Amino acid sequence: MGKRLAVLDAERCVGCQMCMFACNRRFSSGGYSKSAIHVRSVGGFEKGFTVVVCRACEDPPCAKACPTNALRRRVGGGVILDPSRCIGCERCVDACVIGAVSWDEEKNKPVVCVHCGYCTRYCPYNVIGLEEV
Amino acid sequence: MWNVLYVDLSKRDFWVEDRQDLFDRWLGGIGVAIQLFREEIKLDADPLSPDNVVVFAVGPLTCLYPMASKTVAIFKSPLTGNLGESHAGGRSAVAIRMAGYGAIVIKGASDMPVYLTIGDGTVRFRDASTLWGIRSTVTVGRILREREYGRGLRTIMRIGRAGENLVRYACVVTETYRHFGRLGLGAVFGSKKLKALVIYGRESIPVKEPRLYRKVYDEIYDLAVKSELMKKYHDIGTSMNVNMLNAIKGLPTMNLRYSSLDKAELISGEYLAENRLGRRVACSHCPIACIHLAALREPYEGEPYFYKTTYVSYDYEPIYALGSMLGISDTDGMLRLLDSVEIYGLDAMSTGVALAWATEAYEKGLITVNDTLVELRWGYVEGYLQAVRYIVDQVNQFYRDLSLGVDHASRIYGGEDYALAFGGNEMPGYSTGYGAYLTYLTGARHSHLDSAGYSLDEKLLGKEYPPPEHLIDRLVEEEAWRQILSSLVVCFFARGIYIADRVAEALKALGINHTRDTLIDLGFKIYREKYKVKLDLGFRIDSLRIPRRILETECCGRSMDETYLKAALKYFEEKVKGMLSET
Ligand code: SF4
Repeated sequence: MGKRLAVLDAERCVGCQMCMFACNRRFSSGGYSKSAIHVRSVGGFEKGFTVVVCRACEDPPCAKACPTNALRRRVGGGVILDPSRCIGCERCVDACVIGAVSWDEEKNKPVVCVHCGYCTRYCPYNVIGLEEV
Repeated sequence: MWNVLYVDLSKRDFWVEDRQDLFDRWLGGIGVAIQLFREEIKLDADPLSPDNVVVFAVGPLTCLYPMASKTVAIFKSPLTGNLGESHAGGRSAVAIRMAGYGAIVIKGASDMPVYLTIGDGTVRFRDASTLWGIRSTVTVGRILREREYGRGLRTIMRIGRAGENLVRYACVVTETYRHFGRLGLGAVFGSKKLKALVIYGRESIPVKEPRLYRKVYDEIYDLAVKSELMKKYHDIGTSMNVNMLNAIKGLPTMNLRYSSLDKAELISGEYLAENRLGRRVACSHCPIACIHLAALREPYEGEPYFYKTTYVSYDYEPIYALGSMLGISDTDGMLRLLDSVEIYGLDAMSTGVALAWATEAYEKGLITVNDTLVELRWGYVEGYLQAVRYIVDQVNQFYRDLSLGVDHASRIYGGEDYALAFGGNEMPGYSTGYGAYLTYLTGARHSHLDSAGYSLDEKLLGKEYPPPEHLIDRLVEEEAWRQILSSLVVCFFARGIYIADRVAEALKALGINHTRDTLIDLGFKIYREKYKVKLDLGFRIDSLRIPRRILETECCGRSMDETYLKAALKYFEEKVKGMLSET
């Protein structure tokens, strides 16, 4: 079966955003604008952090919302984007209630986690990890 | 491409210029900031007038390598009247670069309170009248967080009431727990009626040699998470210095009458980690998470079972200044003081040193309760909490004077021998010997971080000091190299990882050519540029004041000799002269 990226314990997150930079490095660029994982404070640093990442739904609402079938189901849950079909309507973004579909402004296409697990190597505190599904 | 954003608050205008020229020549960070500052500042500008200029700068490693998490700020300091430089982390550096800028230059002044949102290629000037005067910087952060765009991808820098009221050592707070702390940037913001900056962005930075980039990145990352040093910063944090310095008798205590404190244990990093530590947080793109937050649980008086829990960030320097320096070894009392300077947006170090001087002057009868309005006594937390409020609100002439710094106050009321400022800046928390004090005297920011003389002292414990010239040479060499770190801009905590060869490799992956030697050479050049600005702004090495107190109290078990310090300064003066005559 496939694997999925999971948030193991958000309480351990220190908000370093190393995972976001890691995700972005897959595209050989610096920064975090193409990251599929998002870390932000729960209303101030003192309250801790939320780690937002695709949950690998079995029946993903983002895929159902896509009018052109650009988001295809992935083995193990979640979706794979076929950029050639995507028309940039952003319906997938609206469809995800946890806000895990983000947007690549440059390409005008969604950014969705592919559950490769590259980011997990760079989380120093074991907040995120790959899980068998 | 390196863009610089210019904001003119007087005209409510902004524009962007491509300053690749500066970044090519000076790398970034401090190297570039000094040049931008020099281009814009009138040398005789009043630091609190619209003529003052603030430059924020990041560097080539920002957003690309771990621990390149700092922003450099340059301005004319209202505390010293000379060059002001302060660094902060949080999310400031990443946000500035992600907004598409290598530097931001702010000039002019607004005629009403404003805050700026910088992002999406634009600058919005927003009315901050409602935010002006709010008691706590934490509240201001909360309001802006809810109102503004860019959650998780932004920095929120703001001043507190101390900055609004132009306390010369007011700071700029960023992400609640990090600060452009030293030399009064908060007052400069206040004078410009600039309450806050919200900066966000989602730029992408292409990498020249992706394979090499990932390789160097991994090497740096692995070193960071595996190194012992970094582990120390994570586990206990900088406050590990309390016990360490107390043990070697280098912990400034009660205005440096002593160099160790009874029960220092109770304000030590080890004790706090075991008994109060509530959370650790990190700057953006730094795996270390050195920011330690204590959970301070306080009951409301007279109301049973009604508590508030406040998260107070603690580091060594604030603990020294508001703990040992004031004779406080009460854990929660010290944390309450730390929290109060955070709320008002004061520099913890200057505040503590000013209060320590005031306590001694009060004891000696130079000032009375008519001046202080409250009893100042070593260890008396309630009195100090009150005095902090009085400084912020400048309730009478005495507090107006104290809000101008300890140099100024002691010139008026006396007690200069124990007014512990160097080059006009209140002293940091290492009383370890010649190295530390020569750093305070000669460092361009008069900060322990300039050339880290304290670490030389620690290495020389129990050994004989080299001749003064030798010590100065080592300090200058260190300070010059640190200009490279501050140009990249990487955190000084990672200095053991960012050694010259590795920096050259890291830059190569980004298409920037440097070798170990050219980097070291550039460090000296930047240092020279910086000192030149300092001298142009009126700094004179031969008029540096050496407070007698540092000669009276032993440092790590031995006394310092004034002739050594004087000889070192004389040599330094010649060295600087020589350096500036090179072209
Ligand atoms: S790398 Fe780990 S600790 Fe850092 S922000 Fe991501 S999840 Fe949190």
